[in-house]
Amino acid sequence: MMPAGPLLAADSLHKAYGPTPALDGADFSIHGGEVVAVMGPSGSGKSTLLHCLAGIVTPDSGTITYAGRELSAMNDTERSALRRSDFGFVFQFGQLVPELTCVENVALPLRLNGAGRRDAERTALAWMERLEVDDLGGKRPGEVSGGQGQRVAVARSLVTNPKVLFADEPTGALDSLNGERVMQLLTDAARSAGAAVVLVTHEARVAAYSDREIVVRDGRSRDMERVV
Amino acid sequence: MACIVTGMSIGHALLGLLESGPRHGYDLKRAFDEKFGHDRPLHYGQVYSTMSRLLKNGLVEVDGVEAGDGPDRKRYAITDAGITDVARWLATPEKPEPYLQSTLYTKVVLALMTGRDASDLLDTQRAEHLRLMRILTDRKRRGDLADQLVCDHALFHLEADLRWLELTAARLDGLTKEVRG
Repeated sequence: MMPAGPLLAADSLHKAYGPTPALDGADFSIHGGEVVAVMGPSGSGKSTLLHCLAGIVTPDSGTITYAGRELSAMNDTERSALRRSDFGFVFQFGQLVPELTCVENVALPLRLNGAGRRDAERTALAWMERLEVDDLGGKRPGEVSGGQGQRVAVARSLVTNPKVLFADEPTGALDSLNGERVMQLLTDAARSAGAAVVLVTHEARVAAYSDREIVVRDGRSRDMERVV
Repeated sequence: MACIVTGMSIGHALLGLLESGPRHGYDLKRAFDEKFGHDRPLHYGQVYSTMSRLLKNGLVEVDGVEAGDGPDRKRYAITDAGITDVARWLATPEKPEPYLQSTLYTKVVLALMTGRDASDLLDTQRAEHLRLMRILTDRKRRGDLADQLVCDHALFHLEADLRWLELTAARLDGLTKEVRG
């Protein structure tokens, strides 16, 4: 059963880049432990919505509330701290630091938060084991396959036990089999950790791993649970 | 989910199962249900009527009969003609079904013709497709490799429908002008 209020909610978001509106009154809500797919055609505003929800982009108007706090009332430093402590991120590609080994990559968010190397890498390895890539600890990102690298990236996104995981087309660069494995492991790991997942995707088979979907079109969102 | 072997090919599926060795009718039904039946097991009547037809066509023969009452206790074996028939069936491609006049297409055009909101219809249909895709995805996670293959087949077809829905949604303005003249 879902708790009474959402963990993260947006109300009537507007955002324009020059004369082009990217968001035109978009709403969103997600509860803890829930996986919500954000779907829509290219250029519909779904990535802008994710960036606003994550506090990366500031909307022109509208409100975003996370755990009872309004994001727009926070300054940049507070928002950055919130992103480091409570949010995790997985993107399509290009997110691992090529000079670091895989285990160092996964441990990086913990090290940036001040953890010692040994503790950070021990926690990192435990997450890599859950994502079935613990045997790749000593390799660099350039030495592993795309699917393996993406699982390492998922391990890194979850290593700080985020309350919300933002995943923007996390399987976009993978073939069907690897994409499926990443989605299984990502949603299993997030659900067992109680993290909410905001999953931006244009692929229906990826969205099928979610609990419900929101469709964004022309900058406006539609919660399909309220439609059907 | 529908049985993955259509009525047209039950005979071939049963013949194929016999290639590994003779079986009784009830054993054939059990093997069929396990491999291909999923949510729609065969009726005993279907098995025995199919076997009668195969017997009549010389594709199987009776390998033995068990003593006792009750239903058909014949044991069937595939003949050389049956093996050839299975090989021919496997080598023949299935006719792709283009679904050119699908119900969804009709609904979209009718909605536009009658001044209704076709994007509502498409959104509702997408949600229904995704609901089924979630059920199949969950079933895949719990199932064995054979279950995964069956669910994948259904998932890819549903995904194809969804791609059509998305493209149609993107073309609604142009389609509206054409339909309403």
